[in-house]
Amino acid sequence: MSWWPLLGLAAGAYGLKVVGLVLLGPRATDGRALRLAALLPAALLPALVVVNTLGGDRRIVVDARAAGLAVAVALVAGSRGRAPFVLVVVAAAAVTALVRAAG
Amino acid sequence: MTQEAPTQHDAVLPTPVRRAVWVLGLAISVFGMSFGVLATTAGLTVPQAVVMSLLVFTGASQFAAVSVVEAGGSMGSALGSALLLAARNAAYGVAMAPTLGKLPLAQRLLGAQLVIDETTAMATAQPEGRLRARTFWATGVSVFVFWNVGTLLGALAGDAIGDPEALGLDAAFPAGFVVLAVPHLRRREGQVAAAAGALVALVLIPLAPAGLPIIAAALGVVPGLLFARREER
Repeated sequence: MSWWPLLGLAAGAYGLKVVGLVLLGPRATDGRALRLAALLPAALLPALVVVNTLGGDRRIVVDARAAGLAVAVALVAGSRGRAPFVLVVVAAAAVTALVRAAG
Repeated sequence: MTQEAPTQHDAVLPTPVRRAVWVLGLAISVFGMSFGVLATTAGLTVPQAVVMSLLVFTGASQFAAVSVVEAGGSMGSALGSALLLAARNAAYGVAMAPTLGKLPLAQRLLGAQLVIDETTAMATAQPEGRLRARTFWATGVSVFVFWNVGTLLGALAGDAIGDPEALGLDAAFPAGFVVLAVPHLRRREGQVAAAAGALVALVLIPLAPAGLPIIAAALGVVPGLLFARREER
């Protein structure tokens, strides 16, 4: 990879952050817009989970990652959200590695 | 009244939040290491991997860009999917603006670099006000330091660490997001937004280029808010 695309990506990524925080954010004084923005993590985090667990090259792939995530979700749901971060992450990685090694 | 320096905020956080910030940082260092390994095996030099983590600093976009490069895809599609993914940080910026909006411009421009999934998720799980601002800065500093140290170690070690996928590290990333999502699922509107966002992303995986399914999932906030309004009546 050459430097120019990398620096372009850096400029674009930082520019998007500034657009939200410094340019658009202070103008969004409408209560409804702010409530929508506050709900964003709720909508985007599960989407990131789905795409990183089941996403393939333009197709849905159920592989070892799904087993690891099933364990993570079970730990979190079973403990009503009290399972420690490290336990959930390590368990998901370990189960995924084991299923992958077995398959 | 002058604002405290970001680094002092860590000292006045409640213990559970402080612990969560450290634990998250440690986990992020592992993600950073797997990024460093992936980046160098995809053909980036060590300085390039390090500069990307310092300047781009949004994990999902970095993984997306490097994966496309590794798969031999065009630079255009690498940048396209990475920037599409990065667009959600603009939306997170809108969510964080009420918390950080009164700071001097220089501090807001510095804080902007830290507006990513982890900081927004951790901060907005706290009530609005000083605690939310402190949580943002503490999480931001922790994630920034650990992500970049991890990247450097992973890039230097390269293949010596082994295949990140053989260790299941590709599942550790989404598993971490499951935990981060928990505080946002306590209320019904969050649950509806989460279900809608996940469904939109799932449906779009086979239909849209990488990055778009996640951006489109932001639409999940609409049914979430509609549901909340119906409950209030």
